[in-house]
Amino acid sequence: MNIWEIATNYYQYFLRGTRTTILISLLTVFCGSILGCLIAFMRLSKFKPLEKFASIYITVIRGTPMLVQLYIVYYQLDFISYPTGTLFGVDLERALPCIIALSINSSAYVAEIIRAGIQAVDKGQMEGARSCGMTNAQAMRYVVMPQAVKNILPAIGNEFVTMVKETSIIQYLGIGDLMYNNGIVVTSTYNPLPCYYISAIIYLALNIILGKGLNIFEGRLRKSER
Amino acid sequence: MNGNVLFEIKDLQKKFGSLTVFDGLNETICKGDVVVIIGPSGGGKSTFIRSLNLLEQPTAGKIYFEGEEITAKGFDVNRHRQKVGMVFQQFNLFNNLTVLENITISLTKVKKQSEEESKEKALKLLKRVGLEDKANAYPSQLSGGQKQRIAIVRALAMEPDVLLFDEPTSALDPEMVGEVLQVISDLAHDGITVVVVTHEMGFARKVGTRVLFMDGGQIAEQGTPEEIFEHPQNARTKEFLSKVINVI
Repeated sequence: MNIWEIATNYYQYFLRGTRTTILISLLTVFCGSILGCLIAFMRLSKFKPLEKFASIYITVIRGTPMLVQLYIVYYQLDFISYPTGTLFGVDLERALPCIIALSINSSAYVAEIIRAGIQAVDKGQMEGARSCGMTNAQAMRYVVMPQAVKNILPAIGNEFVTMVKETSIIQYLGIGDLMYNNGIVVTSTYNPLPCYYISAIIYLALNIILGKGLNIFEGRLRKSER
Repeated sequence: MNGNVLFEIKDLQKKFGSLTVFDGLNETICKGDVVVIIGPSGGGKSTFIRSLNLLEQPTAGKIYFEGEEITAKGFDVNRHRQKVGMVFQQFNLFNNLTVLENITISLTKVKKQSEEESKEKALKLLKRVGLEDKANAYPSQLSGGQKQRIAIVRALAMEPDVLLFDEPTSALDPEMVGEVLQVISDLAHDGITVVVVTHEMGFARKVGTRVLFMDGGQIAEQGTPEEIFEHPQNARTKEFLSKVINVI
């Protein structure tokens, strides 16, 4: 079978896998970003224990392979009774530990991106705001963060793209993502190469769309300040 | 002390780790004073002026502002800063906001004044420094002199009891120094209390009512501009002035 025949005969597998990959990616990026923000603010906190915790968290997460983290989260959290049922055809009971593991992984990188973005804003901006009587929170909200976002966005786009690709490791836990379905097609056709090409094209398409979306968002922000 | 006293500084000390910037500093600043602080770099001028609005937290000693100890534990720093305007060497305009928003944001968010009221006030002040046509520009579109005049307006809009200037002209191109000094000079003539750290000796002499010479973490000498510039008593003052005035 050539690539075209595989695509037309087995497209359902690829579609189903893509759907799962998109869902897991979106949830991971979303949860990872929120958790990442939290970790970033802990990291920047003047309260030492919080700062220390965040710094250790980041070191550990960045220093261990994601696959290992995935298995550890999966087995460590097996006492949790995850909700059963499906979301857009994805089995929640199996997907949730993956989303937790991937989000934790992503959050460490997101936290570092946010920290760097905030620290790249000139210190004078904060001093200027404080000297006008603003509280630390007001200064962050009205002055520092709007500028930090512009530093953060390009780097975080990178992280999102990475995350979409990295979700492929959840196949090892038997989640029916794109790579898992890819595997099914490979064993049914005994013709791996075209399958991998098809998967590669799908990942590429997802990331191009994601990249375009981020670019539009970034462009809108830039317009506010030339 | 009479009711005219704005700042009373007692035995003020600031250390960064093992480095003592100044120690045992005593000074009184009264309403209507135009205090000019001069002296060599590293003498503690900037750190001193920054402690007046607690951008630097003194390590010992006390500062009273309008009779209230601002160095006391639990003192409301943000309320104090509303009454003490500050203008920085590097302008520190908010880069993400327009000129108008730079001025109105602290009025609306800190002083909780209405949008229209703040805008009106900002435009009036902008007119005063001749920059009303820049209201919708972003800081990146302005020259250094314009930025600094906006920064002054931003501080002024809060209607502070005193304005602090930390080397306001040191980051400016030479041809823009005049326009900024003119604005400060006008303010001083209007009776606003001003404390300014500067290297502009001509300005210090003309506009100051009192000159402090700071060196090695001490106020080595102080007096009227005439006393300091015409008849300096301290050897270090003499040496400093001989180096900065009529160099060639």
